[in-house]
Amino acid sequence: MADFWATIESGEFLRIVALSLGVSLSATSLAVLLGLPLGAALAVFRFPGRRPLVVIVNALLGLPPVVVGLVLYLLLSRSGPLGELGLLFTPAGMVIAQALLATPIVAALVHRAMALLWADYGGALLVDGATRWRAIPTLLVMGRLPVLTAALAGFGRTISEVGAILVVGGNIAGYTRTMTTAIALETSKGNLALALGLGLVLIGISVAVSATAFALTPGDKR
Amino acid sequence: MMKVFRRSVVALLAAELAMAAHGAAAQSIVLASTTSLQDSGLLANILPTFTTATGIEVRVVAQGTGQALATAARGDADLVLVHDPEAEDKFIAEGHGGERRQIAWNDFVIVGPAGDPAKVGGGHDAVAALGSIEKARAPFVSRGDKSGTDALEKRLWRKVGRQPSLAGGDNWYKDIGGGMGAALNAASGMGAYTLSDRGTWLSFANKADLKVLVEGDPALLNRYDVILLDPKTHPNAKLEPARRLRDWLVSAAGQAAIGAYTKQGQKLFNPSAAAPK
Repeated sequence: MADFWATIESGEFLRIVALSLGVSLSATSLAVLLGLPLGAALAVFRFPGRRPLVVIVNALLGLPPVVVGLVLYLLLSRSGPLGELGLLFTPAGMVIAQALLATPIVAALVHRAMALLWADYGGALLVDGATRWRAIPTLLVMGRLPVLTAALAGFGRTISEVGAILVVGGNIAGYTRTMTTAIALETSKGNLALALGLGLVLIGISVAVSATAFALTPGDKR
Repeated sequence: MMKVFRRSVVALLAAELAMAAHGAAAQSIVLASTTSLQDSGLLANILPTFTTATGIEVRVVAQGTGQALATAARGDADLVLVHDPEAEDKFIAEGHGGERRQIAWNDFVIVGPAGDPAKVGGGHDAVAALGSIEKARAPFVSRGDKSGTDALEKRLWRKVGRQPSLAGGDNWYKDIGGGMGAALNAASGMGAYTLSDRGTWLSFANKADLKVLVEGDPALLNRYDVILLDPKTHPNAKLEPARRLRDWLVSAAGQAAIGAYTKQGQKLFNPSAAAPK
């Protein structure tokens, strides 16, 4: 237990928490930026290839993090096609990995929510003279709570993820070490109590982010 | 308006260039190293001294020796610090590595449950001990990750005369495919034997009823080598700051720092740059 408090009070720990939140929130933002329009478009527009695209997006819910990590590793490696960017073993590389994992989650959940709303109100919106493009913001406002859930599901994937960022980030002390990779490391050192303590802190952070997001979203608090 | 805009763009670019130049001064290098040097706490203990003295930040990616060498071979590290002489020979022969220097040594130990079902306790012969474990079909945890420790274990089994495997019906032989810490956790969880480097063992905090049973065999010598990358194969690596770290590790100051690192009063690594083992 002494280990735990010493760790919590160290500057290193704060840096780890800050990096975890920074990487996860950046990745979630990217995922929302990409997934929200994609999910909404899949619900509202009718175009050739839409059905297969829906199937693909849903299939990607099961994207294995360690495979995403490996593929990104090969791409970002100095001897890989994107090696010039120098993103391997950096926080930016970790953000890309997690954004890839979270985008399908956001897109699939937004699509599901929007599709229900579109079935109920789409006809009315079009009769009112709105184009499909113009209907999307209206639908997003109506469906803001499920959309929030989609974003939080994306965040949940990123904050808890370890397989991809371990490969892409390298778990470098003071630079790419996050809560999850630190927990994995402490477990491997046999510091099980410390690892568990960090795990509880991680869950606490996750709850706090979720609560904050709900508090900031207008609408009935169901 | 356009002029102001253009001027501010130029100013921004200049500022960015200045920052990039500054970034180059405050250098960082990637050191591909082994889990034992990280998990034992050695690198975290000694590297800040080097960074303070030189301004060079060292980013340690700790992997098994096989993976660390592969990382460097792909060009993703600037310097390697590992412990598998055979794999290192190959790395150098393939044109990835240049100069190699030994920085420290310690030894491997065979740890196992205090009950010691294979009766190997107190022995000093690693091959004989593994032979007894095999005969007793006592649980044994193998790293199975091509690390330096794993490579040594495989060499020892070769001397026993047989490589156990699950496919060969050896359900007592558990290939966990993980790092040293994971292997020790598995061994302490199932009361199994395993081969560990002494540094990780001494700093491991979940020993349960595991204890050192076999030690002191010359075959269990564990040497840590630092290898510069070959500038011809890896011209993009940060060779100059990497060389400075190598030079520091083998210098009197670096060697003293390695020798001064203890855990629970025990010295974990013996500096050996001046007199390689």
